[in-house]
Amino acid sequence: MRLLEKLGLAAAACLLMANVAIADTTVKWLHIEVNPAQVKIWEEVARAYEASHPGVKIEMQFLENEAYKAKLPTILQSKDRPNIIYSWAGGVLETQIEAGVLDDITDQVKGYSDSLTPAALAAFTSNGRIYGLPIALSQVGFLCNKELMAKAKVDPAGIKTWDDLLAAVKMLKAAAVTPIVVGGADKWPLHFYWTHLAVRIGGKSAFDAAVRGENGGFAGETFQKSGELFKQLIDLQPFQNGFLGFKNPQAVGYFGDGKAAMTLAISTVYNLQRALAADKVGLSEDKICWFDFPVVAGGKGAPTDTLGGITGWLITKDSPKEAVDFLKYFISKDVQTRLAAGNFIIPVVQGADAGLNNSFMKLIAANLAKSNYHQNFYDQSLGPSVGRVVNDVSAEIAGGSMTPQEAAKAIEAARKQGN
Amino acid sequence: MARPVASVPAMGGAKTSFSPLALRGPSWDGRFTVLILFLPPALLLFTLFVVLPIGEAAWYSGFNWNGFGKPTNWIGFDNYRFVLETRAFWLALRNNGLIIAVSLAVQLPLALALALMLAERLRGAVALRMLFFMPYILAEIATGLIFSFVYDGDYGLVASIWHAFGAEPPHLLASTDTAMLAVLIVIVWKYFGFHMMLFIAALQSLDKSLIEAARIDGATRTQTLRHVVIPLLYPTIRLSVFFAIVGSLQLFDLVMPLTRGGPADSSNTMVSFLYNNGISRMRVGYGSAIGVILFAICVTFAFTYKRWFMRDE
Repeated sequence: MRLLEKLGLAAAACLLMANVAIADTTVKWLHIEVNPAQVKIWEEVARAYEASHPGVKIEMQFLENEAYKAKLPTILQSKDRPNIIYSWAGGVLETQIEAGVLDDITDQVKGYSDSLTPAALAAFTSNGRIYGLPIALSQVGFLCNKELMAKAKVDPAGIKTWDDLLAAVKMLKAAAVTPIVVGGADKWPLHFYWTHLAVRIGGKSAFDAAVRGENGGFAGETFQKSGELFKQLIDLQPFQNGFLGFKNPQAVGYFGDGKAAMTLAISTVYNLQRALAADKVGLSEDKICWFDFPVVAGGKGAPTDTLGGITGWLITKDSPKEAVDFLKYFISKDVQTRLAAGNFIIPVVQGADAGLNNSFMKLIAANLAKSNYHQNFYDQSLGPSVGRVVNDVSAEIAGGSMTPQEAAKAIEAARKQGN
Repeated sequence: MARPVASVPAMGGAKTSFSPLALRGPSWDGRFTVLILFLPPALLLFTLFVVLPIGEAAWYSGFNWNGFGKPTNWIGFDNYRFVLETRAFWLALRNNGLIIAVSLAVQLPLALALALMLAERLRGAVALRMLFFMPYILAEIATGLIFSFVYDGDYGLVASIWHAFGAEPPHLLASTDTAMLAVLIVIVWKYFGFHMMLFIAALQSLDKSLIEAARIDGATRTQTLRHVVIPLLYPTIRLSVFFAIVGSLQLFDLVMPLTRGGPADSSNTMVSFLYNNGISRMRVGYGSAIGVILFAICVTFAFTYKRWFMRDE
């Protein structure tokens, strides 16, 4: 009897231990999303995954955008690092790959990766190895407020060139409307102007050459000119009062509140302005308009070239295989269609754009499909040490403390110091 | 100075009579024991938390390193050259100088004046003391957030004052001309209470008979203040100045929530400059160089000050 009892106990203990072992896999997922509606869907997807995969727990963690960027190097080298992290690809990703803090997931996503938009997947591929999966694409352009534009008798559809934009700003000012709102304290919203002008003036070839240090690098003609054109806009004082003290979410809310006619923003702001507006309602679809970044006379870039983000998720070193499995589940046609239907993303899974049900998101998807050159944000693609200088000098030009020539030279100096 | 001969004979006293050091008495042996017992822990902690980190920073400052893995790209003193070539560094240094100047020229006199008024045990003085001390209790980060609302050009207190006069309110924190001024005001507001408390404590422990003697000799209030009270306060004033300067050099947590060093680096301090470049940009070598420079400035100041002004304390 005693022996039996002991055996029974041992068996029970074994079973219990086995159960504990199964329930032990926790996938830690660090994100920076501030739109509660989208986070809610993510939560639901995570819970659904847990339900169909007993023993796996998906733990969501959040950090604010700027804090996330600042803490990333430390987080990645910690033993307790999250398994899935947010990424804008580009130079930062290259640095992380070089440092060996990411998992190579090429073999784990074999077959599955064919379902993704090739350009988006390419952003997370280095030397033929895949280190992460894209989740969304975005385009930078001008969002506008139809009522305010009409008040100043400006036709947004008519803004095709840089001079058209300058003229529109003048008309808006004359009508006592704040032409443009920008979150200057965060600096990167200001770098959209400088970099998009560079994309229009020099096109892909100018950027690639500058990265290699040819034609004077970033001190070259293209980049001086983009500073000069940006300065033309600044001289008209187009931004809201105190724009250098506004953080980006504040600025997006300001636009949502209907206090400014335009904002140069990532296409996702179309949705985000609602969540960040003071009344949480923001501008309704019939009151919001969009036009692509204007072209520059004599510019080498094609009007269809786009600036924007390619965002996605990376798997950090030594993560459990469930992390990749969850990502594949998260970036599947079903979930992407659902997120697309909520107008949160331009999907990267082929066929999921069928979910897009709103004309604005369809327009952005079509723009991206037409684009032969999609430039990732400079502050991401140039890596933290050079990219942040691009942000700095954009803010300095806007604040009047640097000339366009000095700005271009400062970026080139940072590129040479490199990292 | 009397040597503490008599105070330590208990330690190892019996042994000393046989030791060759016996002639010198038990003091050497006793002190040696104390040294053996108490120095290592202190030395260990000091090495672990002060010497090693500084040594590490000095080592890293020779590398072009982004914080990932081990540093390999040795560039010698280039990081120091890069730092010294940066306009923002000199701006930050100037700002630290400004903070020190304002602390000494505005904050300490204000604290002293208030202390002189509030040191007496008058009705209401205690309440006022608490009121003035309150900002010091508040966490720096919270203070910064509160003032970023106060200064807000659309909804802030400052804006409503401007509106009351029918003028277009300024965005103090968003202009390169006013951001540093706005930060300085917060600094004075936050720390004068601390120095006031130091002065009050000193005033209350003064030897009253000296003041009474001056009165009896016919000195006026101003004369007593100038020739008796303030000279008696010198040790505390010297300490206050020391705290003010070291605190000014280290200022960081008020600046971040207010301006993050901006716009265009106009309100950076050395430490916020270090953070913005070393941490946010993942330029650990460069950031370490800034850290070493800052450390050198602080140490030079502390030792010089100790040597010249606080010799007897």
